[in-house]
Amino acid sequence: MTKYQSKKVAKLLAMVGLSGYLIAGSPTSAQAMHIAEGYLPVQWAVFWWVVAIPFFWLGMRSIDRITKAHPELKLLLALAGAFTFVLSALKIPSVNGSSSHPTGTGLGTILFGPLAMSVMGGLVLLFQAILLAHGGITTLGANAFSMAIVGPMVAYVVYNAIAKTGHPKIAVFLASMLEDLCTYLVTAVQLALAFPAAQGGFMAAFIKFVGVFAITQIPLAISEGLLTLLVWNWLQDYGQQELKTLGLFQQKNNLDAEIIN
Amino acid sequence: MQKLSINTWLFGGALILSMAPVLIHQGKEFKATDSINITAIEQVKPGYKPWFEPVIKPSGGEVETFLFATQAAIGSGVVCYILGLYKGRTERRKIDEVVAIVKDRD
Repeated sequence: MTKYQSKKVAKLLAMVGLSGYLIAGSPTSAQAMHIAEGYLPVQWAVFWWVVAIPFFWLGMRSIDRITKAHPELKLLLALAGAFTFVLSALKIPSVNGSSSHPTGTGLGTILFGPLAMSVMGGLVLLFQAILLAHGGITTLGANAFSMAIVGPMVAYVVYNAIAKTGHPKIAVFLASMLEDLCTYLVTAVQLALAFPAAQGGFMAAFIKFVGVFAITQIPLAISEGLLTLLVWNWLQDYGQQELKTLGLFQQKNNLDAEIIN
Repeated sequence: MQKLSINTWLFGGALILSMAPVLIHQGKEFKATDSINITAIEQVKPGYKPWFEPVIKPSGGEVETFLFATQAAIGSGVVCYILGLYKGRTERRKIDEVVAIVKDRD
C-alpha cells in the first residue's frame, strides 16, 4: 500500500469510527467517575487507603528530591498541579448525554514522573472530597489509586515506550489519553470488586460498571490528550530551560529514572 | 506559523468534542456521573446504604457550580500565569541576544 492509500484508509476509518461512536452513544446513563463518599464498604475503603499510602509517601520523597536538586522547577510543578486542578473541575458533557471530567495527570507525569503526580492528584482529590462533596474521604484511597497512581503509571509507560520511537507529540497525546481511560477502568474494577453481582459475580458487575462509561469517557480522553499536547507545545516553545533541566528536551534521560537508579 | 496552526487545531478539537454533545442532546439534562454511579451500585446491590456522609455538602446546585468554577479559575489562573512568565522570559532572552549582536557589530 502506498503512503497516499494508507492515509486515505486512515481517514475513512476515522470517519467510520466517529459516526459509529455518535450512533452508539444514544442517550443512556451509567458510568463511573470518582466513587462517592460512603459508597465503598468499610473493608474496601480501608484496603485502598492502605494500598495508596505508600505511593503518597514515595511521591512526597520524589517531589522533595526534585525541588531540592532544582528549586527553579517548583514553578513547573505548580503548573502540572494546576493543570490537574483545572481539568478535574471541568465536567464536560459527553456524546451519550451524560457528563464526566478528565483527570489531567498526564502532563505532570511526563514532566516529573508518576510518583510526583500521586501527591498532586491526591491533593486535588482531597480538595474535591472536602469542599465539593465530590468523591469522598472514605473513598479517597480508592479514588487516588485510580486517578493518582494507576493513571500516571500508565501515562509514564506509554509515554516512554512511544517517545523512544522519536514521536514525542504522539507519545504525549496517547499517554494522556490512555491515562484518562485507565483511571476510569480502574474505578470500574474497584466497584465491581466491592459489589459483585448476585448472578455472574465480578465479571457481570464489571461489565455493568464499565458499560457506558467507556463511551462517555472516550471523547473526554481525546480532549484531555489534545489539551495536554497543547500545553506541552507551549512548554516546548517557552519552557526549554526547564525541560532541559528535566532532560526531556531531547528525550535523553528522564529525571525519575535517575531518581530510582 | 506552523506551530500556531497545530495548537489552534488542538484547541478547536477539544472545543468541538465538548460542545457537540450539548448541541446533539439539546434540552436534555446531562447527569452528573457519580449520581449515575450510585444508581448502578443500587442496581447491583439493592438496599446498600452509604456508611459515611460528606463532611461539608455544598448547599444546592448554585453553590456547587460556584465551587467548581472557582476550582477551574484558580487552576487556569496558575497555568496561564506560569506560561505567560515563561513566554515573557523567552522573548526577553531573544531581545537580549539581538541587542548583544548589534553591540558586537558596532
